[in-house]
Amino acid sequence: MSTENKTVESIPAITIRFAGDSGDGMQLVGTRFTDTSAVFGNDLATLPAFPAEIRAPQGTIAGVSSFQVQIADFDILTPGDNPDVLVAMNPAALKAHLHDLAPNGMLILNEDAFEEKNITKAGYKVDPRESGELDGYRVFQVPMEKLTKEALEEFDLPGRAVLRSKNMVALGLISWTFNRPLEDTENWINDKFSKLPEIAKANIKALKTGYNFGITVEAFHHTYVVEKAALPAGEYTNINGNIGLSWGLIAAAKKANLDLFYGSYPITPASDILHELSKHKNFNVITFQAEDEIAAAAASVGASFTGKLAVTGTSGPGLALKSETISLALSAELPLVIVNVQRGGPSTGLPTKPEQSDLMFALYGRHGESPLPVVAAKSPSHAFYAAYEASRIALKYMTPVILLSDNYVATGSEPWNLPNTEELNELETNIITKLNTEDGFLPFLRNVDTFARPWALPGTPGLEYRVGGLEKEEGTGNVSYDAANHQYMTDMRAWKVSNIANDIDKLEIHGDESADTLVLGWGSTYGGITQAVNRLNEKGVKVASAHFVHLNPFPDNTLEVISKFKKVIIPELNTGQLLKLVREAFLVDARGINKVSGEPFTAQELTDKIEAIINE
Amino acid sequence: MSKIPVTYKRTDLQSDQEVKWCPGCGDYTILASVQNFMAEMGISKEKIVFVSGIGCAARFPYYMNTYGVHSIHGRAPAVATGVSVSNPDLSVWVVSGDGDALSIGGNHLIHALRKNVNIKILMFNNQIYGLTKGQYSPTSEEGKKTKSSPFGSVEMPLNPMSLAIGAEATFVARSIDMDRDLTAGILEEAKNHKGSAFVEIYQNCNVFNDKAFEQLTNKETKLANRINLVHGEKTVFGEDGHKAVVIRNGIAQIVDTKDVDESEIYVHNIHEENPSIAFSLSRLSHGPYGPTPLGVFRKVQRDTFTEEVHGQIDMAKEQKGEGELDKLIRSLGTWDVS
Repeated sequence: MSTENKTVESIPAITIRFAGDSGDGMQLVGTRFTDTSAVFGNDLATLPAFPAEIRAPQGTIAGVSSFQVQIADFDILTPGDNPDVLVAMNPAALKAHLHDLAPNGMLILNEDAFEEKNITKAGYKVDPRESGELDGYRVFQVPMEKLTKEALEEFDLPGRAVLRSKNMVALGLISWTFNRPLEDTENWINDKFSKLPEIAKANIKALKTGYNFGITVEAFHHTYVVEKAALPAGEYTNINGNIGLSWGLIAAAKKANLDLFYGSYPITPASDILHELSKHKNFNVITFQAEDEIAAAAASVGASFTGKLAVTGTSGPGLALKSETISLALSAELPLVIVNVQRGGPSTGLPTKPEQSDLMFALYGRHGESPLPVVAAKSPSHAFYAAYEASRIALKYMTPVILLSDNYVATGSEPWNLPNTEELNELETNIITKLNTEDGFLPFLRNVDTFARPWALPGTPGLEYRVGGLEKEEGTGNVSYDAANHQYMTDMRAWKVSNIANDIDKLEIHGDESADTLVLGWGSTYGGITQAVNRLNEKGVKVASAHFVHLNPFPDNTLEVISKFKKVIIPELNTGQLLKLVREAFLVDARGINKVSGEPFTAQELTDKIEAIINE
Repeated sequence: MSKIPVTYKRTDLQSDQEVKWCPGCGDYTILASVQNFMAEMGISKEKIVFVSGIGCAARFPYYMNTYGVHSIHGRAPAVATGVSVSNPDLSVWVVSGDGDALSIGGNHLIHALRKNVNIKILMFNNQIYGLTKGQYSPTSEEGKKTKSSPFGSVEMPLNPMSLAIGAEATFVARSIDMDRDLTAGILEEAKNHKGSAFVEIYQNCNVFNDKAFEQLTNKETKLANRINLVHGEKTVFGEDGHKAVVIRNGIAQIVDTKDVDESEIYVHNIHEENPSIAFSLSRLSHGPYGPTPLGVFRKVQRDTFTEEVHGQIDMAKEQKGEGELDKLIRSLGTWDVS
């Protein structure tokens, strides 16, 4: 192919957003471009966004699905702020996303979709291409549907199937513009459609058509390349948070010498954990798709009683249904990991949007005095380690642990420098096989260091015992309504959890330690906060950050860290939940930066807001 | 599971906890029946797990010297499903009541039965809420006056046998607390059944619903009202067998024996695959009023959830080999950065 007139400009990073109808295959195009860039060696981060409806009405704003990816030649932590490139497959996609496009950004339109009907459906009164609102952007109109139809004429495919390949034209064109080879995607297509070779050939033809369009049309002769990122040496894979979390659970079970039980009821965006784990039965994983959220939790308690690493997964509304069962596990002192992939709430809320609004619910959403450890994943690859850590605590301390993820971590992806699995710590359990006193078995005789009770498993002779939700007598575990005993057991359950503070990683300070201002975060805001602090430090603004993985208990050096700073700022995707906790626990006049729009913070947004508070 | 027969004395199955049901409660008789049965069941007690929900009956696990979970209201079938599928070697028994199993836990009950999880569910039906002191239950008769229905319940009660058969249960039976032999026989059949077993046991609550089952226990009336379902036998009952059950157009009916040809009398077949006749038998009474069938309604074979789940795990291991972490984390493709 001729590339004579091609100029290649090297740029450090680019953010591209693909947007189209939910049936247009934008998630696929985004994922393919991401994978190709990952293999090429860029650092990257992605942000898929899709409607809760499977097929919202075609051509409407409600039906727009998008996928944003930032690729860079340096270490990045977020999927980018305002996209530099927007691919809009129809007027609705343009309308929904144009306001985010960076000034002078590249706008690639599927011009065939700009018919009057679609323009009206998107809510435009006049054709946006003629109204002047695209002034200030570099607009490229590409007849994607026409190109697709012409290219696929030779194939004997129905019209609808032909048009489905137009996303490949878009991918081909973007691959040309950003100097990405097609081989990786061609292999992927051949693999995916190995049983439908005609479809495979048609898609590859469409992909090449888009690429060749770039070669042919002069407007596309200025191309860009983002060179390899200087990432730490290692073997990498591109991973999203739901898969990372699933693998973390499998690894934890393996390292604890237990089998994994995962009880769940389908719910967005947690379902992919169920899907992923159900693929790996050869790890002795039992996945149980229960009749409802309650049964998913209850069966997991049953599995825990028999000696499994028991996990139940859900999203916000499902956590509410599991609440009573979590209290049972807490009272019976059985290990259980409860995964909550947070989404916008309350009620059904925003099922496909990220929010961090279940923190208080995770900490306090149970009846009675019922403290339990809470761990949060801060990025897609960290979800692996967070799952591992939640499992470690549950097994070592005989307690339910809530593991918080959110839609941003769960569906976003990033390169993961693979760990040496041999170096993952073995996980301790409290399994007991012999009597623990001369007189018999005491199921609530505790370990003096961890306060954990022994875990006697059915099938073990001589240790037959009964456990339930009624208050238990310390030691014997027999039902007890004794006043002093209930006081003691309530205190004991709280001590047990707060004692974990001595057994978790300390809170680390990132950025300028000599600064007066600390930005404190938890969960998925990690990338945005860290990037914002880096940008401010580069500008010479003194600021540092620290990020909680453990929300209960907090690491034992938290007060020490907070005390080093005059100002504490807490950005959260909620109305100020960690803020309340920190103010209460450390009596610090912390300030919140809060957002509940169903979108993550961008690094620039945080940079600006943090700087404004510093300058007050 | 160990093939060496294990026998115990009844006292071996008793825990050291004092039984705290009201004096005269039918639960005592059932507890004795279960302990006697389990002493000779041939399964070592460390392999037995009792799971319960909430209610009077739900205290049962505390009195058994086996493993046990006293869980939360209605959830026992779900907890027991987790126990059973996690360790197929265990003999898992659920003890529940009519409120626990049919009201707050109705969803879990039907799904455990449908899935044919290898658990045995004993539902003590006293047609009243005992532990909460006397409200009507989903099996209380219409018009029942209780603390929460002073003008009489306006609700149609459930028929537990019909419900279980409709929920695709593979083993469905009914006993009554006072009849220890019948209970022991049904427990034996349930234990031998592969899959979920649902056993309703009529249980007298002498405090809040005394004599609810009197028609089936009173010396003067029980002969006329107990239809004993025995596999392979003609279904006749009453004094000198003067009443019989016939199936006409698929519907079970009670007739005078003398009015029908002997060949028309229904010969009970618990193994009939089609559930229609068992269902029709369950409709002969809608509660313990008038002639009521007791015994095993249905016992058919179907693959169990527990076995199928482990079958898939074994197959996955055979096809892919034992899972390796290093392979797993590389399964989406990797690249090297040097």
